[in-house]
Amino acid sequence: MSSLDRKLVRELWRLKAQVLAIALVIASGTALLIMALTTIEALEETTAAYYERTRFADVFAQAKRAPEHLGRDIADIPGVRLAETRIVEGAILDMPGFAEPVVAQLLSLPERGPELLNALVIRSGRLTDPTRPDEVVVSEPFAEAHELKPGDSFDAVLRGRKRTLQVVGTALSPEFVYAIAPGGLMPDDERFGILWMGHDTLAAAFDLKASFNSITLSLLPGADEKDVIRRLDGLLAPFGGIGAYGRADQTSNWFLESEIAQQRNMSRIMPTIFLAVAAFLTNMVMARLIETQRREIGLLKAFGYSNLAIGWHYAKMVLVIGTIGILIGSLLGAWLGHWNTELYTKFYRFPFLLYRPGPAGFVIAGAISLGAALAGSLAAVRRAVRLPPAEAMLPPSPPIYRRTWASRTALAGALDEPSRMIVRRIVRWPVRAFLASLGLAMSIAVLIMALQWVDAIDSLADTVFERGQHQDATVAFNDLQPIHTVGDFERLPGVLAAEPYRHASARISHGHLVERQGIIGVPPGAILSPVFDAERGRIDVPPGGLMLSRKLAELLHVSAGDTVGIELLEGRQARLSLPVAQVFETYLGTPAYMEMGALNRIAGDGRVVSGLHILVDSPSRASLLAKLKDIPNVAAVLFRQAAIDTFYKTMGETIFIFIGFFVAFSMTLSVGVTYNSIRIALSERARELATLRVLGFSRWEISYILLGEVGILTWVAIPLGAAIGYGLAWYMTSAFETELYRVPLVLRDATYGKAALIALAATLVCAAVVRRRLDRLDLIAVLKTRE
Amino acid sequence: MENEAAAIALEAHELTKIYRMGAVEVHALRGVDVDLREGELVVLLGPSGSGKSTLLNILGGLDTPTRGTVKFRGQPLSMDSERALNLYRRNHVGFVFQFYNLISSLTARENVSLVTEIAGNPMSPVEALSIVGLGDRLDHFPAQLSGGEQQRVAIARAIAKRPELLLCDEPTGALDSKTGILVLEAILKINRELGTTTALITHNAVIAEIANRVLYFADGRIVERRKNAVQRAPGELAW
Repeated sequence: MSSLDRKLVRELWRLKAQVLAIALVIASGTALLIMALTTIEALEETTAAYYERTRFADVFAQAKRAPEHLGRDIADIPGVRLAETRIVEGAILDMPGFAEPVVAQLLSLPERGPELLNALVIRSGRLTDPTRPDEVVVSEPFAEAHELKPGDSFDAVLRGRKRTLQVVGTALSPEFVYAIAPGGLMPDDERFGILWMGHDTLAAAFDLKASFNSITLSLLPGADEKDVIRRLDGLLAPFGGIGAYGRADQTSNWFLESEIAQQRNMSRIMPTIFLAVAAFLTNMVMARLIETQRREIGLLKAFGYSNLAIGWHYAKMVLVIGTIGILIGSLLGAWLGHWNTELYTKFYRFPFLLYRPGPAGFVIAGAISLGAALAGSLAAVRRAVRLPPAEAMLPPSPPIYRRTWASRTALAGALDEPSRMIVRRIVRWPVRAFLASLGLAMSIAVLIMALQWVDAIDSLADTVFERGQHQDATVAFNDLQPIHTVGDFERLPGVLAAEPYRHASARISHGHLVERQGIIGVPPGAILSPVFDAERGRIDVPPGGLMLSRKLAELLHVSAGDTVGIELLEGRQARLSLPVAQVFETYLGTPAYMEMGALNRIAGDGRVVSGLHILVDSPSRASLLAKLKDIPNVAAVLFRQAAIDTFYKTMGETIFIFIGFFVAFSMTLSVGVTYNSIRIALSERARELATLRVLGFSRWEISYILLGEVGILTWVAIPLGAAIGYGLAWYMTSAFETELYRVPLVLRDATYGKAALIALAATLVCAAVVRRRLDRLDLIAVLKTRE
Repeated sequence: MENEAAAIALEAHELTKIYRMGAVEVHALRGVDVDLREGELVVLLGPSGSGKSTLLNILGGLDTPTRGTVKFRGQPLSMDSERALNLYRRNHVGFVFQFYNLISSLTARENVSLVTEIAGNPMSPVEALSIVGLGDRLDHFPAQLSGGEQQRVAIARAIAKRPELLLCDEPTGALDSKTGILVLEAILKINRELGTTTALITHNAVIAEIANRVLYFADGRIVERRKNAVQRAPGELAW
């Protein structure tokens, strides 16, 4: 090892606390990026592998009742590899010890042989036996929520007939990675379950002998999905087909893809901002660290070391620090990524998890971090080697202080000498003071950006669930019901009010842009669940025309006044053009509304409803729930409070944990920057402070001189950080937009307060640590060294 | 060493150095002519701020003059080429500073090898340290050495590359007289045994008696040049 390298090793060891602080700043940025990138990678890889192994279908279609032999015609559509017919129905379950009615989706299993498509992964027990009609396989998350295991039984209402079903197994299916009840937004495993039963049993229960009402297809490579869907729709139309759709629109997959897209979006934006901030701080801190090495650089030059050799020496120093940071960051990031992915898989149900991060994330994060560190330090090295060695070896000449007008004010007169020293230093090097403040401000800003999520999500939930909806529960029917059903429900015990709605599956198009989006019919004067604009509040539905959510309008490239094509996918499959009457803002989904009567008219079904929103009188809740379990034709009952609860539970398990990491790393950043700023200030001023000690100043007084400056800079950093944080949050919310949800830009005062307090705490801790060093300042040694 | 006939090792002509400090111009050197002969020991004497260090820095390639030329063994130093100056320092010049300038994180031996590693024909660090009488302190860190020992490490570091030129800026300035004498003895030994042309700055007139020649500085000029008829040994000095 050369002497220069030996020097490097020993200096790094001497500066270990600072090295660690810088490494942690680098590690924070690196870890976050790696966590985000590898999580996406793992989710994508796991999804792809799961879909492939279980032969997840490419095209899905439902009909009312199609003859079994039509399945062969469908299989003959060019481009179709396999077609599998089945029965899919809804049922209400009465789970032991659970008051609310539970919604179940029933799917048929082939009577003979394995599933051709969407194969189940049996998690416990076995598949159903064709000779035992009451056997059922339940989805694993549902089984877990109700502690079901093979051998248990529960009651179910199938088409108005109550049966007791025997659990024989639990399973996972690629169709229900994300299992949400029709109309729900988040999985609620207590209130929604998937059940698989023998084909013949379901055919008998739902009067579908020799018929099917659902078909799934897999396509040959290169097949034209649109063409297949068009032909499939043609074949199913006479049998009540409601429009086939591709994998992209399959509910579970759509949510999963949205989540991956959202995670990708998040990983692009937040860690990038974070890494940029970390890079800026690394750059700043390294530059100051190198500046303290000015004398040694001069000395090495005096010995005849070339600029290149000196540059390389310091580059190695940076590389070592950077590598330590990247190493810590990579390990932490990979561990967090694995952990994060596991969290997702609790929520997105995969039977296995592939966490095999590729090198890309590590390389990107590493290159950016190292690049920033090198750029910062080499600029400082370049400045140092540009000086003639004779000058570099001298201490920088005493800075020229001037008495400005400010010194002569009464305020300045009131300052004692130590305070004057603090103020003069800041005034003398305003750029350096500003950069130090900016560094702290940046760490406050990322903290605000991270904490803003909590505010935004609260605001989102408040807007959607509290201000936008007032029903206690929503009842969905299996089939359209005549309008007078509303009256029947209003007479049920405990129902204070009932408000109908109509839902129609549809394709909405504008030019070549097509979105498969159900249209919700809302009665005029709706109160329980009106059309609600996030800013303007409740909006009345216009008598004609569509109301589109802003995101949907953007996807279709339309605005109010334009005309869109509507293709209803049910009833008589009406096709028509409708004007866009209004565009409104909503944070969740991409809904489209129209007046219920108008929707019924174009659908041609008469005055019918798909379901009801009801207001429930709490004392009679239990008896109403019991009653609902027995009402035929009820496909689902969704509770608003349960929706709010699952919303927060889901957020708590995903976004909030992600945010938690950001908060933790922002604090690391804050500590890293503050510690280095104070530590470098100490090394720059050790001699001056020792002199003051010799002159009789106490430890507290010199601490005041050193830390007072940091204190002032921290106070400046707080408003600055708040402003930058607002900007980052604004950028984040405008860049973060998926079809699933948008995030409002909401920043509570308390959020600024929390960020400021965290930054102050970081400063205090670092100041306390450095102050201990001041106590150990060796007066004689400091004064004896040259200058 | 009396060597009127010896070749000129270093020759400076009309050296002027002006520092600008804000609006003020400081004339550190005002047209200095000086030459050093091979193997000669020259002492530069004068009060602080008289321009001695500036001259030494320019002669050693640590700084560049505002005007004037320096020739080393007949070849002019290209003052505008940082690379050339760097090679000149690396291959021909050894420096000793008033405040030692040792790297605190390196031992005595390692401080010396810092220089021998990049030199063309160096002696071993052990040999260099033995010359200055520190053969038994090889693995001590600067903080474990006395001031005189530290300065002798600095001398060992300067001579280990076998420089043609040894430039010492107040090598005894930070030392008591007893230790200072040890350091001067080391410098003289090198000057004699290795024939290294040596220039030594001091503001201590007594030290001038060890030189072949003494140049008196005042206000950026050489105001007097004196040849010592007899070179006294450092041991005979007292201050």
